[in-house]
Amino acid sequence: MKTLNEPSNQTKRTGRYGKDFGGQYIPETLMTELEKVEKTFNEIKTDETYQAELHDLLVNYANRPSLLYYAKNMTEDLGGAKIYLKREDLNHTGAHKINNVIGQALMAKRMGKKRLIAETGAGQHGVATATIAALLGMQCEIFMGKEDTDRQKLNVYRMELLGAKVHPVTTGSMVLKDAVNATLQEWASRSEDTFYVMGSAVGPYPFPAMVKYFQSVISKESKEQLAAKENTLPDMVVACVGGGSNAIGSFANYIDDPSVKLVGVEAAGKGVDTDRTAATIERGTTGIFHGMKSLFLQNDDGQINPVYSISAGLDYPGVGPEHAALAEMHRAQYVGITDDEAVEAFEYIARQEGIVAAIESCHAVAYVQKIAPTMSKDQIIVCTLSGRGDKDVASIAKYKGVDIDE
Amino acid sequence: MSNLTKIFENHKAFIPFVVADDPDFDTTVANIVALANNGADIVEVGIPFSDPVADGPVIQAGDLRAFAAGVSTKTVFQIVEQARKQTDVPIVFLTYLNIVFKYGYKAFCQKCQSLNISGLVIPDLPYESKAEIMPAANQYGIDIIPLITPTSGHRIEKIAKAATGFIYVVSSMGITGERDAFFDGLKDLVAEIKKYTDVPTAIGFGVHTPEQAQEMATIADGVIVGSAIVDIVAKEKQQAPAKIAAFTKSMRTAVDRSEVKA
Repeated sequence: MKTLNEPSNQTKRTGRYGKDFGGQYIPETLMTELEKVEKTFNEIKTDETYQAELHDLLVNYANRPSLLYYAKNMTEDLGGAKIYLKREDLNHTGAHKINNVIGQALMAKRMGKKRLIAETGAGQHGVATATIAALLGMQCEIFMGKEDTDRQKLNVYRMELLGAKVHPVTTGSMVLKDAVNATLQEWASRSEDTFYVMGSAVGPYPFPAMVKYFQSVISKESKEQLAAKENTLPDMVVACVGGGSNAIGSFANYIDDPSVKLVGVEAAGKGVDTDRTAATIERGTTGIFHGMKSLFLQNDDGQINPVYSISAGLDYPGVGPEHAALAEMHRAQYVGITDDEAVEAFEYIARQEGIVAAIESCHAVAYVQKIAPTMSKDQIIVCTLSGRGDKDVASIAKYKGVDIDE
Repeated sequence: MSNLTKIFENHKAFIPFVVADDPDFDTTVANIVALANNGADIVEVGIPFSDPVADGPVIQAGDLRAFAAGVSTKTVFQIVEQARKQTDVPIVFLTYLNIVFKYGYKAFCQKCQSLNISGLVIPDLPYESKAEIMPAANQYGIDIIPLITPTSGHRIEKIAKAATGFIYVVSSMGITGERDAFFDGLKDLVAEIKKYTDVPTAIGFGVHTPEQAQEMATIADGVIVGSAIVDIVAKEKQQAPAKIAAFTKSMRTAVDRSEVKA
């Protein structure tokens, strides 16, 4: 039955977001496997055994719930809205990525798969996948752009330490998008025993929906935690956006609360108006790539542009289809933060709060630094710290011209 | 619907592939003509894409050479326009969907019709998503060539029943590129397809020797050869057309031999 507020001219299609984002655009070789993933995803939502195992690992292995921390020093220093930090950096493996990886790895196990493959940018998703593969006794192979294996050596070694094989990808611009290409190719070559653990809220349906489902634990918790502390909803939720997994998880439980402003922070690189950027929503146009219709940085012919950000986790030429739809509907706002601003925030939050946050997350922190002073003291911002910054210390030092011996 | 199906009537088809603008405009035109004049039934012209996820290293390298030559969608159309002055061989484009989407489905199909392009092979357009291009394709008589793979299983029926032009049967798992072994159930796969349609089948992915071409043409109605030709272009550059002519002749002979045997 139609409800009154449901627009009659828009039929809801499976796997589509907004007018026409999302969908399934992937080689036929993978379609049968994708159908199996979709079937499993639909089953696990109501399967008690699965849910119990997921809950157990999230609580007893991943260290959930993560803290919702009142950043008193930042709040006082910025002199505006009250700032709460959702501390995904305190999760096991040091980032939000573990939430999704546990969920997908348990799906893989249920499907009888023995081998996990994944792409990674900064290495956090690769580390999380390697971790869960070790825990569940599965094989693991990670595809990572050569550019990224060079700037995130520590994470490469961590993955190897955990028993994973890391393949440096030397095609294209040798970053995250190329790692996704390589992982899709590997999956097309071998899917019988292999599950592709997609790290971001991108790709063909059901991946964007799955990643949102597993990451929405972030906003489920933050909503309850803030209600307990302040007995109210936040006025604004801020999270960084590459493909958009931590942002969609941070937004998920607030999307239907119109009073909560949702802000996704993209990596502007050297600036939104330059070619050295990864600000997909601000600069992108609609296209079809990596299995989905969404917004992409591309030329007039539909060739995907090389992108750039100091952050290996955010330099992706596309964005998850639900973010494209949230932007289209003006439900969420997307802003760009440059390398310089993010690096400044990296130092700021370290000195103010004693937290070394991931350079990805520092894009969100930098936006909070800008917006909080313009808000009143009775307003509340929840900012997700998607990961910890240990992995970035060496490259930030280099950026600042400090020579340290790794 | 195009005239593609007719080509396969009482005749095994040889369908070679070249990347447009690899290594340059004039060589591609000459390559298309060499293929057409030496026994190709249909020429598959690849539109280079920045991120060809279904393609192996050989075709990826061909795409990179084309980008180095400054290829654009417009250049690809101009190449076909030039080739059309010398040959009326049926041509299909191999393209990733984003190229067509950005040009506009309608405008792209209209342009194809004007160049006498018969069909489009779009590796990242599965059955579920083709509804968005079909109105334009139907309006301008362009076949959207479906792919069926060793993993298609229960999907074969719906894909085959909706097929027009020909069906691209993928020889094995994975991506394009020369290989020595194919999926061992190809015969059954083709038989399964034939249960649902009379639309001809052509096997591609990895076929690179005359012996393999003969074997594949025994199983299916035609054979598609890509990487082996792109490899010739890689090695011979501007001298490729003569080598391609010789290679095409040998493949043509092998494919014809399969008919005698069958």
